[in-house]
Amino acid sequence: MKAIKLFRVKREKRLNRSMAGNTLLFLLMIACGLAMILPLVMVVNNCLKPLDELFQYPPKIFVRNPTLENFSDLFRLMNDSWVPFSRYILNTILITGGGMLGHVIIASLAAYPLAKHRFPGKDTLFRMVVLSMMFSWTVTQIPQYVIISWLHINNTYMALILPACSFGMGLYLMKQFMEQLPDSLMESARLDGANEWQVFWQIVMPNVKPAWLTLAIFQFQQMWGNTGSTFLRDEELKPLQYALFQISAGGAARAGAAAAVTFIIAAVPITFFLICQKNVLETMTTSGIKE
Amino acid sequence: MDSTLMKRIKLSKSSYLMIAPYFILFFLFTVLPVVMSIFFSFTYYNMLEMPKFVGWKNYVKLFLEDDVFLTSLRNTLLLAVITGPVSYFLCLLFAWIINEFKGWLRAFLTLIFYAPSICGNAYVVWNLILSGDRYGYLNGLLLKLGILDEAIVWMKTEKYVLPMLVIVQLWLSLGTGFLAFIAGLQTIDKTLYEAGALDGVKNRWQELWYITLPAMKPQLMFGAVMQITQSFAIADVSLQLAGNPSVNYAGATVVTHLLDYGTVRFEMGYASAIATVLFLLMVGSNKLVQKLLGRVGE
Repeated sequence: MKAIKLFRVKREKRLNRSMAGNTLLFLLMIACGLAMILPLVMVVNNCLKPLDELFQYPPKIFVRNPTLENFSDLFRLMNDSWVPFSRYILNTILITGGGMLGHVIIASLAAYPLAKHRFPGKDTLFRMVVLSMMFSWTVTQIPQYVIISWLHINNTYMALILPACSFGMGLYLMKQFMEQLPDSLMESARLDGANEWQVFWQIVMPNVKPAWLTLAIFQFQQMWGNTGSTFLRDEELKPLQYALFQISAGGAARAGAAAAVTFIIAAVPITFFLICQKNVLETMTTSGIKE
Repeated sequence: MDSTLMKRIKLSKSSYLMIAPYFILFFLFTVLPVVMSIFFSFTYYNMLEMPKFVGWKNYVKLFLEDDVFLTSLRNTLLLAVITGPVSYFLCLLFAWIINEFKGWLRAFLTLIFYAPSICGNAYVVWNLILSGDRYGYLNGLLLKLGILDEAIVWMKTEKYVLPMLVIVQLWLSLGTGFLAFIAGLQTIDKTLYEAGALDGVKNRWQELWYITLPAMKPQLMFGAVMQITQSFAIADVSLQLAGNPSVNYAGATVVTHLLDYGTVRFEMGYASAIATVLFLLMVGSNKLVQKLLGRVGE
């Protein structure tokens, strides 16, 4: 019922839409969606499977006797851990949060002058950022390691956070979105006496909300997936991802806990993703059509 | 001349202050490592001894002696030329369709299409599908339908490796560019559509070409660069599904070759030379693509 209502409201509001076109695109979406949803379906079903179903060959996609045993197994293993598990969670919050917030803020701050100011060196700097994304990351890792040791930030959170703040992609993304803002928007704020710092926070950032929410998703995923094993030696500094991998690497006896781990590792960024995507949309409903 | 430049630099003080935090980190952790890597490409460097300067030797070896590199270069170009444009088009198409939906429904639809990039088990799924015995989902299906008489070991049969990699890569393609397009569609000024309707835009396809695409040109450029960096760097899919070395190097790509030298043989100088060649390849194709994108909406 709700879907039908949604559809009708849209048909009334939207320009240039035909029923035939809507149906065609909708069918295409369903067909492709079924092919894309498979990994999601498998993660959820696997974590609910009892051990005998997990070891079944050939594996079935859907679970027959769902159980939460895998999670209780996992929590038991977590309690046995040498470093309290809450410490891993704290590490992850600091590393993921720091790398994400740091990058979004620093890259946006740099993207604004590159998009809207005129100053010597601007084009060269921007070109360098774009080109930097084309150099293979595998090779630059070694020099990066050397630089991190040289700065004496090895074995600290900063060894993960600072390089993450310098990724090229975020700056490029933010700059592209800021470029679209009409100059008049910033000009009127300046006439009202706002300085560049205020223009950035009060005018520019709210207007490119979809961009930084998207960047936050990318950066969250990137940081969340980092086990930190290259730079962090102390067990007390290592992130959740590392501890979970240690558990799931424990062989066949831990297959159940491993399935629960896979679920948790996917579920956290997915939750973050959904919250961000929902807000990307809300920008539209407030700035565009109102119901 | 010089004094006016100094004056302009002084006048732009606030701009430089704003870009400073990012660019200090950028030079330290991105530019410097790239410059060092390019330097290493002219050396023999095994990560234990100091690098020894060898001039163009790595590059000469790469193009004249290394058959596997030439195979991997051919595979990479083939994969990039096929998956690059198709992925890009799919990202745009699905972002555009999803843009018609609202609320949580829209967020979930986005999640479904982004699922392969976020779930972390994409290759597990494909290893099940492409499994070489008759229990593999693809073999099972084709046997049941009577198309096959016996199971095919898909990823160990030379002629199937590349086509399968193309399919899986396309399935994986709704990533960075896709989300950037979705965000880009949100920032288009809605009054443009009303103005367009008055100017004679009659259906969604005209609206797409004459209004939507030109309005999101910056995102299209961004998507193109991301697509290039992904298409030329295809490696994971090959390592996970075809293995390394793959059967008769049918799945070898420039980056799998690079990983082989960088992380298995510890020949960092040679790996850096591969990275530099790949870099030049991407820069070249970027120039070409940016020129093509300049024509959107004309």
